[in-house]
Amino acid sequence: MKGERIKIGLLCLLLVLIDLITTSVARTYYLTQLTMSLYYTLVVLGLVLLMGYAGQISLGHAGFFAIGGYTTAVLSTYNLLKYKDSAVVKVSSELGLLTLRENLYGEQILSFHPWIGVLLSLVIAATVAYLIGIPVLKLKGHYLAMATLGFGIIVYRIVLGTPIFGEADGVSDVPPFVILPGLSISGQMDERRANYYIASLLVVVVVYLMTNLINSRVGRALRAIHGAEDAAESAGVDTAEYKLKVFVMSAVIAALAGAFLTHFNGGIGPSEASVMKSVRYVAIVAAGGMASIWGGLTMAMLLNFLSLRGYFGQYDDAVFGAVLILIMLFAPEGLLRVNPAGLLKNIFKRS
Amino acid sequence: MALLSAKGLNMSFGGLKALKDVSFSVEPGTIKALIGPNGAGKTTLFNLISGYLKPNSGVIVFDGRQIQGLPPHRIASYGIARTFQHIRLFPGMTVLENVMLGLHTHTRSGFLSSMLRLPRTRNEERFVREEAMQVLKMMGIEDLADREATRLAYGQQRIVEIARALAQKPKLLLLDEPAAGLNIRETRQMGILIHQIRQSGVTVFIVEHDMSLVMEISDEVMVLSYGEKIAEDHPLAIQKNEEVIKVYLGEEDAQN
Repeated sequence: MKGERIKIGLLCLLLVLIDLITTSVARTYYLTQLTMSLYYTLVVLGLVLLMGYAGQISLGHAGFFAIGGYTTAVLSTYNLLKYKDSAVVKVSSELGLLTLRENLYGEQILSFHPWIGVLLSLVIAATVAYLIGIPVLKLKGHYLAMATLGFGIIVYRIVLGTPIFGEADGVSDVPPFVILPGLSISGQMDERRANYYIASLLVVVVVYLMTNLINSRVGRALRAIHGAEDAAESAGVDTAEYKLKVFVMSAVIAALAGAFLTHFNGGIGPSEASVMKSVRYVAIVAAGGMASIWGGLTMAMLLNFLSLRGYFGQYDDAVFGAVLILIMLFAPEGLLRVNPAGLLKNIFKRS
Repeated sequence: MALLSAKGLNMSFGGLKALKDVSFSVEPGTIKALIGPNGAGKTTLFNLISGYLKPNSGVIVFDGRQIQGLPPHRIASYGIARTFQHIRLFPGMTVLENVMLGLHTHTRSGFLSSMLRLPRTRNEERFVREEAMQVLKMMGIEDLADREATRLAYGQQRIVEIARALAQKPKLLLLDEPAAGLNIRETRQMGILIHQIRQSGVTVFIVEHDMSLVMEISDEVMVLSYGEKIAEDHPLAIQKNEEVIKVYLGEEDAQN
């Protein structure tokens, strides 16, 4: 545990250093992509817990990310003015759940407060994950992969085909999420550093909670399920319940990332729900070494940052597909645990 | 009163009747052995008792409670622990961690308290570690505590699996072929260990092919053949039981 505490301390230090360096060399615009990377890292961390530790694959996590993002996007942009006389809107208004603002074109918009949007996105993601998880988590291996893939495709087609979700355009003009007076999640230039630190804080907190969890009774049970589910069950672990809980937890983390990033970006589009996004998350978890918080964190920050800065160009998705294939073939333990000499030997050794 | 008793157990897989109207009981504080040729239904019976299979009909009563058809984790929490014919240890976890998992049903920390490392959770964690260490000491393998369990020698893995089961503090321990793959010396040690386990107050129900081990340690032996119980008696009586000899040696040899 002490080792983990030190690593978390170093992580904080590194995150501050990155800010100081980018600011001092006048590259603050990097912070925008870094902040986005941090949110995607959250999704990866949740998946590390689900896949790496509990051994349950999900090829549908972009779906949960999208549920989070779209829920808060729609709730905080949908104009309720035309319904202002309806009972629901009146009650919501009385309860202080609504805000009135002007959009870019000077139009009056009455919509739900982002607090409500974010909260509901977590509740909805948890509910969906729970309902999907009960039947789906009875499956194992390839079957579970296919079922979660199916879920991801359904979410993608729904957001792509439903007018309220903006179809192919997605939802834009999502207002800032004011957490405290003077502190909001938004993409405005003067809030860039603050937002970088908000995202950093979230990642550090999630890393802290996860390292505690893994080295606990629950963490042992999850790893046991991964290793030998029947033996875990005979040792008294309610494997169905544990799998469901960790699935819901990772879905909620993905939804949280989706909701925050949507407010940060000021919108969300259907590509966030696409299957390729889910594959990307899985590829990153694999590159990080599956059951490794720190590997997942490092790879998520690195690969997402490079991708967002456009280093992979037109081949962005292809790069992540290739990463997945190469990792599976040559470094199933993850990139950080590769022993180069052994790897070369393996490549040239005929099986 | 019997610790474990079963009445009229039937189990079939498709057209194959794996168990036919099997009834038996295990008295507390005894070692009972279950023997029979391959495919007699021994492991099926263990799987029914530990909840991996649900009988087509019949009743299993453990410690005054009907348990047939309950999920394995529930049955484990009532006090039945088991080992597997093919050793099932958790890869990537140390010996100590494997044994710590045995204390799962005796602890309570959930997701939230574990993530926050509340004081209660930390105390519990310390308790689990000490208890598990105690079990390792009792088995004489405390020096293996930090080794990865699945990388140990085969015989040691068997011991670790039993240690994990004992950490559950069971009333009944089901051992599925504990001597399989062990050499003569290790088998003898296994016999001593099983004796010690019974001495410590745990009732043992064991499936085993090694006849000398079975005859040496058990108080009672039950014989299954093609899913039917053909004998249930003291070891010496079983050795003389004609039906049993027929099943094991074949009709002709039995006459000689």
